[in-house]
Amino acid sequence: MKSWWMRWWDSDIGYSFRTSPTAVLAALIALLCGLSALFAPWVAPHNPFDLASLDLGSARLPPAWYPEGAWTYPLGTDDQGRDILSALIYGARISLFVGLTSVALSVLLGVTLGLVAGYLGGWVDALLMRLCDVMLSFPAILIALLIAGVGRALFPNAHETLAFGVLILSITLTGWVQYARTVRGSTLVERQKEYVQAARVIGVAPLRIMRRHVLPNVLGPVLVLATIQVATAIITEATLSFLGVGAPPTSPSLGTLIRIGNDYLFSGEWWITIFPGVMLVLIALSVNLLGDWLRDALNPRLR
Amino acid sequence: MDKLLEVKDLVVEFPTRRGVLRALDGVSFDIAPGEILGVVGESGAGKSLTGAAIIGLLEPPGRIAGGEIRLQGQRIDNLLSAQMRRIRGRRIGAIFQDPLTSLNPLYTIGRQLTETILTHLDVTPAEARQRAIQLLKDTGIPAAEERIDHYPHQFSGGMRQRVVIALALAAEPQLVVADEPTTALDVSIQAQIITLLKRICRERGAAVMLVTHDMGVIAETCDRVAVMYAGRVAEIGPVHEVIHHPAHPYTAGLMRCIPDMDMERERLHQIDGAMPRLNEIPRGCAFHPRCDKAMLRCHEQRPNLMPAGATRAACWLHEVPATPAAVEVAQ
Amino acid sequence: MNTRVMDDPAKAMTPGLEASVGSEVCSPRPALPQPLVVVEDLARTFDVSAPWLNRVLERKPRQLLHAVDGVSFEIARGQTLALVGESGCGKSTVARLLVGLYAPTRGRFLFDGQDAHAAYASAQRRQLRRRIQMIFQDPYASLNPRWRVEDIVAEPLREHGLLNDAAALRERVGELLRSVGLSPHDMVKYPHQFSGGQRQRISIARALATRPDFLVCDEPTSALDVSVQAQVLNIMKDLQRQQGLTYLFISHNLAVVRHVSDQVGVMYLGRLVELADKRTLFTQPRHPYTRMLLDAIPKLHDTSRARTPVQGEVPNPLNPPSGCAFHPRCPHANARCKAERPVLQSMGGVRVACHAVQEGRI
Repeated sequence: MKSWWMRWWDSDIGYSFRTSPTAVLAALIALLCGLSALFAPWVAPHNPFDLASLDLGSARLPPAWYPEGAWTYPLGTDDQGRDILSALIYGARISLFVGLTSVALSVLLGVTLGLVAGYLGGWVDALLMRLCDVMLSFPAILIALLIAGVGRALFPNAHETLAFGVLILSITLTGWVQYARTVRGSTLVERQKEYVQAARVIGVAPLRIMRRHVLPNVLGPVLVLATIQVATAIITEATLSFLGVGAPPTSPSLGTLIRIGNDYLFSGEWWITIFPGVMLVLIALSVNLLGDWLRDALNPRLR
Repeated sequence: MDKLLEVKDLVVEFPTRRGVLRALDGVSFDIAPGEILGVVGESGAGKSLTGAAIIGLLEPPGRIAGGEIRLQGQRIDNLLSAQMRRIRGRRIGAIFQDPLTSLNPLYTIGRQLTETILTHLDVTPAEARQRAIQLLKDTGIPAAEERIDHYPHQFSGGMRQRVVIALALAAEPQLVVADEPTTALDVSIQAQIITLLKRICRERGAAVMLVTHDMGVIAETCDRVAVMYAGRVAEIGPVHEVIHHPAHPYTAGLMRCIPDMDMERERLHQIDGAMPRLNEIPRGCAFHPRCDKAMLRCHEQRPNLMPAGATRAACWLHEVPATPAAVEVAQ
Repeated sequence: MNTRVMDDPAKAMTPGLEASVGSEVCSPRPALPQPLVVVEDLARTFDVSAPWLNRVLERKPRQLLHAVDGVSFEIARGQTLALVGESGCGKSTVARLLVGLYAPTRGRFLFDGQDAHAAYASAQRRQLRRRIQMIFQDPYASLNPRWRVEDIVAEPLREHGLLNDAAALRERVGELLRSVGLSPHDMVKYPHQFSGGQRQRISIARALATRPDFLVCDEPTSALDVSVQAQVLNIMKDLQRQQGLTYLFISHNLAVVRHVSDQVGVMYLGRLVELADKRTLFTQPRHPYTRMLLDAIPKLHDTSRARTPVQGEVPNPLNPPSGCAFHPRCPHANARCKAERPVLQSMGGVRVACHAVQEGRI
């Protein structure tokens, strides 16, 4: 008996993966970013958030290949002496954490509501779909700003933890709609199929049917959407941080770093903002490419 | 006699990542002008693929990998798509199974008919419209002058199939390939449609290749029938002979399986096993694992079509041995 | 076979006639067993109107679809009743009414003497669902593609708590698979690894898991090839004999029906037009629609016979003709047929709903 991952490697999806150079490359990059973000304390040469280790004397050093740079700070330092490379790694950690968490919550919320709307139909369906319509008419950033503002007003003291909570909440609330709609559509189709009717004739309760019969069959497109949405979530988080309502400056994400560095762009210290930007693009691109490959791989017509 | 359509040793393959699948493995038959040939078989036998190959509508990556298809002596399997487009519609018409998707829902049927006529025949638009109205009348659509400007959704299923038949005959083709034209219709409409098809093709001298899994339809409509199994022709011959005196064990088994409306039986005859999948076709004769008359030779060598009474069957049972003993007996 | 109907004419009467005779209900003879399935004037209407807002804005009327418009029949234990008809006749809706997927808008379904729909709506539904099961038409959609065969067949057992021990479940599933001609080793596979005929057999195994008394079969072999169909029909007949099952067999294929059924009911636009035992229906069809159906089927033998011309198509069920639904296509229709709907009446062992037959015109 082959182990499960060997079976996956041999299957149609595994074959599609290993014969697609973009998918393999994208997966490698995403994996690299993910692992280094996870093991940040061991991977990063310095800890940029340990104020004691900062040396103002080495502030604003250019990247190592410049004559003034040093290899202890491979990508240079910012205005407070923080090593850019380490800041990148820790920043990516924050970005990925926010991105993955908000997508996970979006999926949970969206799939549940979509399943319920599609299976029960009637006024439940109508209500939920109108809710979706309302949510879609607000731009994500606006909602995030709104929630951030309200959060700050309500809890003026619990700043740091609140910041992350608000951030994740706002991205979640703007992202769940597309899952709900997709799942609702698929549920409407699956509900008519005879295996669902057979389960009803057996006497299985509706909740059980939704969970055990319909759900496994509607998750395919959700997987693709979720992968691509991780990139969107990371970029949204970066935007919010850039605008100042995202991650707090004490634990900066990539967006915060970009904002901080922006001020120094025209004085010639381009590395403070460009490197975080490149990292952001790299992560978003690799995740997007993975999502594209997954969508084609799961499409039965193209196999 | 000059054959209208000749198919010789047609091979259709599908390259997949697990190897090349042979969907049709040496199919040969011909159709005389004005004749109605039935092609019957179960799912996976390759009958629809044969029709698609002839019309030139094989879906890639499927491709013709061997053999020839000749229309009035001219090869059509190796034509460029532009050339095939001229032949398709003008000399070969097609009728598909689902009348709902065979017609473009956005255009009136008049427009679809006149478009076909104008593409293939050298007539003025006014003449084309007259021909279209006449076609609709011939296919039994009432109030043709009005209904020509209606949209497909305004017709019922049976009416729509009549329009599809009119469309197939619009450019006056010599051959009509009909792929399961009555399967999606109710029983009472089926009878009307097959009567219509038979009559109208006879009137216009068009030959028909009727692909179906329904033996009853074949019995009522066709002159000759080809029985397909696992991508090959198992038996071919006049309809009455194939049905009542089948020479191939598969045909014989199939005939016995069909529940007969006029007779009661305690237990239906069944052929054990199932048609092999394309990647599991056995060596020798494709039917031998399910055949109760299989000999050693059937496991090794694949039989070609050979004369068997009034039909031709691909079965070693009917091989005529050229031994001295037989000659002696004949003397 | 249908002598019970003859001996107990009151039971055969439809409500209309019963009212005119007087409301006597003859008590059944003590010696005769009650039929397992008794359906009385069952009807189901669907509201297919446009959404409320559209109706108000565009002033569209309410549209009601009378999918089933008053059918009555009985099935004795161990027998098979076949319901035949063309598209739109309501036979699939009847099937779904009997298994409780729909609630009736009118009429009753008595299963083993008790009101089934009351049971479906109450706490007794579990008991009932153990005894009534269904087999569907599409072998590709009737099994969950993500479940293993073992879980599919074991689901009714798990749901009703009949067997809880994993080993016992596996054994019972193996036994069920063997009874339909599959191997117990097949239970670890997924549905896509099987052919259409084999999947239909898995459906049958699942339906028989709770040892039901009554199986509703909705076109179980229509999607199968002829040779596979023969296998599945033979299995169904064997199982019926072995386990004393009662079948309601829905089909549009009269040849198949001839093979499997004991009684046949012909439906047209939601109504039963003829109900007779098999032999009588096929040799002496009474109703003009039955005759037309039997005539229209292309036959393997006797292909040169003359046919009565078939007129028209099945009308739109949203707008059925007045009086007798078949009158626009019937060669024997008169003024009464256009105005008055015929009731299903017993005539010489056969039930027919036709004025012409009842008046003796044909």
